[in-house]
Amino acid sequence: MTNARNPEFEAECIRRILAGEKHLFHDLIRPCERSLYFLLFSLLKNEADAEDAAQDTVIKVFRNLHLFRGDSQFRTWVLSIARNEGLGRLRKAETRREDSLDALTDSEAGDFTPAVLTSWREIPLEALERNELGALLRTAIEGLPAIYRNVVLLRDIEEMDVRETAAALGISEGAVKVRLHRARLLLQRDLAPRLKGFAPRTGGLFGWGK
Amino acid sequence: MRIDCQHVWEYISAYIDGEVPVELRAEIDQHLETCEICSAVLDSTRNVVVLIGDGRVFELPAGFTDRLHERLEKELALSES
Repeated sequence: MTNARNPEFEAECIRRILAGEKHLFHDLIRPCERSLYFLLFSLLKNEADAEDAAQDTVIKVFRNLHLFRGDSQFRTWVLSIARNEGLGRLRKAETRREDSLDALTDSEAGDFTPAVLTSWREIPLEALERNELGALLRTAIEGLPAIYRNVVLLRDIEEMDVRETAAALGISEGAVKVRLHRARLLLQRDLAPRLKGFAPRTGGLFGWGK
Repeated sequence: MRIDCQHVWEYISAYIDGEVPVELRAEIDQHLETCEICSAVLDSTRNVVVLIGDGRVFELPAGFTDRLHERLEKELALSES
């Protein structure tokens, strides 16, 4: 759930910060925090590293605020700085082969067919009250190849539109759509067979809300 | 000509986002009426998308915002001096 962002508020805020009211930067950056963190988490796959990189990014954004041109959304600009920060750290680490920079391209062919089912019983949002369900979903997303994980986190979790996601990740809008499609099918194939146990029992006494 | 299951699967994500052109959407809808497999694939994929989008699945680490603004406060103080 992203906080509402208002371009006029942002522009006014930036003008005042640059004119000396620096404390306003707290309010300016607040609506970007979640997207910033989850983009970095999707790159670095580790909470502590993502938090550290998020803090460094925010400091860089503050120091370079005078360079923001206003020809993109402020959050998009922040996210591109975050992405550079994340990629820089990956380059330094380069330890995990599966998530190395080579894996950040679309070259792999892969199998993107869904799990074939003959019926589906809706899992309601209330099922998320069971912690195992949240854990199952997080593990599935974290298990996606990096290029798909990024896109799912920004599009389906941070609810960014295709254009902003493409700008933040430095890829084309077409690539965002292809990757999102593949990511969703990979998640469906992984999760659908395992989610069935979370469907509410039909009828009467043991249903939800009892 | 009727479209087959493989073809429908190629458009699952665009269908969920309402980005399939009207004519193709009508063909897919027609296919879904009689194909229980594709209906289940579509319903389960859409269900997964709705579930992962819930704010409870991915939350910021506890104290993240406080720590961030504390660090920022120090930076702001430094830049004043």
